[in-house]
Amino acid sequence: MLTFIVRRLLLAVPVLLGVVFVVMLTVDLLPGDAVTLMLGEHATKDAVAKLRDHLGLDKPFLVRYLDYVGQLLRGDLGRSFQQNRLVAAELSDAWPATLELTIAALLIAAVVGIVAGIASAVWPNSLFDGVARLFSLFGLSMPIFWTGLVFIVIFSLWLHWLPVGGTGSLTHLILPAVTLALPSVAMIARMTRSAVLDVLREDYVRTARAKGVGELWVLGKHALRNAFIPITTLLGLQSGQLMGGAVLTETVFSWPGLGRLMVKAIFARDYILLQGAVLVFALAFVVVNLLVDLSYGVLDPRIARQG
Amino acid sequence: MGDAWARFRKNRLALAGLALVGVLALTTAFAPWLAPYDPARQSLVEKRAPPGGKYVLGADEFGRDILSRVIYGSRVALLVGVLSMTIAVGFGLLLGSAAGFAGGGLDAVIMRGVEILLAFPYLLLAIAIVAALGPGALNTTIAVGIWGVPAVTRIVRGSVLVLRETEYVGAARALGAPALAVLRRHILPNVLPGLIVYATLFMANAILLEAALSFLGLGVQPPTASWGLMVSTGRNVLLVAPHVATVPGLAIMLAVLAFNLVGDGLRDALDPRLGGGA
Repeated sequence: MLTFIVRRLLLAVPVLLGVVFVVMLTVDLLPGDAVTLMLGEHATKDAVAKLRDHLGLDKPFLVRYLDYVGQLLRGDLGRSFQQNRLVAAELSDAWPATLELTIAALLIAAVVGIVAGIASAVWPNSLFDGVARLFSLFGLSMPIFWTGLVFIVIFSLWLHWLPVGGTGSLTHLILPAVTLALPSVAMIARMTRSAVLDVLREDYVRTARAKGVGELWVLGKHALRNAFIPITTLLGLQSGQLMGGAVLTETVFSWPGLGRLMVKAIFARDYILLQGAVLVFALAFVVVNLLVDLSYGVLDPRIARQG
Repeated sequence: MGDAWARFRKNRLALAGLALVGVLALTTAFAPWLAPYDPARQSLVEKRAPPGGKYVLGADEFGRDILSRVIYGSRVALLVGVLSMTIAVGFGLLLGSAAGFAGGGLDAVIMRGVEILLAFPYLLLAIAIVAALGPGALNTTIAVGIWGVPAVTRIVRGSVLVLRETEYVGAARALGAPALAVLRRHILPNVLPGLIVYATLFMANAILLEAALSFLGLGVQPPTASWGLMVSTGRNVLLVAPHVATVPGLAIMLAVLAFNLVGDGLRDALDPRLGGGA
């Protein structure tokens, strides 16, 4: 198990280095002069020269890349020049809100999606199954920024049940979390249904039933344990969807997280802050995928033994 | 293929999706004739007019006819979708077959690149690209297209790896057929069904992604009528005129739903073994 963990950790390193490379490359591709873009048309020559020097723009790309990686290793993400604050400080102000939102959404998506998916698979083509699949279709097709606005109209404007946006209490969390979770609920319900249906068709399930094992035991011990591997993979992938979706949800609900910070950074042309924000998201996603990989070892000991 | 169509035709949901795609294609092609008003015509006395009456779907914050703008918006959605799909499928085919056929170092380089791009959470790669290229319909198309490349590359490479080992491909190669000819004659036709399914589902995602980028203000810019942009500007009057933001969102949902339904139907029809769990 330990070698398995170490191997997976080592594999993540080149991916992270590549992510940093791509992020830097996109900023490097900025049309025209990045510094003039950042400072605006009317910047003084002195200010432009200062920022160029600060960003090290006169050095070749590879040198800057290595510099930045070295900086990152020391935990230094640079300074945002709009606020002239440490990027690390800005990010650490914002990430707890995003974490709260995405974890709440992931919990909702996992619980509702898995329960609905199992119920659909146990009673296929029932009324429940039909309704659940219809909901899934719509859940996958609704743009979440729109769902959020519709929820605001219904639950805040008409019913006055929940606040329009902002943070502070659990009631502030409900609408954004449910909005963000919806597409994932749909996806997870779909996947769970087909994974459980597949397993229920297996010979060992038939054997278990033939032996007279109770239906609940068959489901819990034989079916779900095996269905959980594809479901865990999907949960990992969905966490990436949730992070991207958080950018939209945070914008709709004025939720003070990383996503909103990132959009603000783009409009302020604060590319150093943007770089940092994208990196944090990508890092989080890599870590989640790592955890998913590791959980395979727990769910199915055969995988861990193969290393 | 005949069997596939027969199976597709029996799927009522897929047919409904196909009909919706047809409507979308029609509004895209004939927008100037179908739209009751000029989508840019402002009428300040009629601003935020509720649905019904002169404007079937109401008027927006500048008094522009929402129905006309939704009809014109289908052009943006479909064009960005089709073009970005072309980028994704084109580059994905190229990279995927190169990686699968060449193997070795080239394969390793391409697949590491794919892994890195897939390490970006959904939407964030597209946001980073658009932030770098600047907003606009063309850059949005490029960003959405690039977002799709890694997945297509993976699908194509996987199929090439499997097919490369089959006897008929081995025989063709043994007879001295050049790699490109083998690719075109033996591999592509086998990759095609899976690719068609993916491309259809990609259209749904591309429409969602374009709408999301435009909603954030990073995609298509005003005064072009883009659905995502309409939702975004309608947000400013959400509490006094909810229809301005919500009606264009319905159009996004229906378009995405249409491509999802057709994609699911195609998957079930082209690969009956999968059965879609149905």
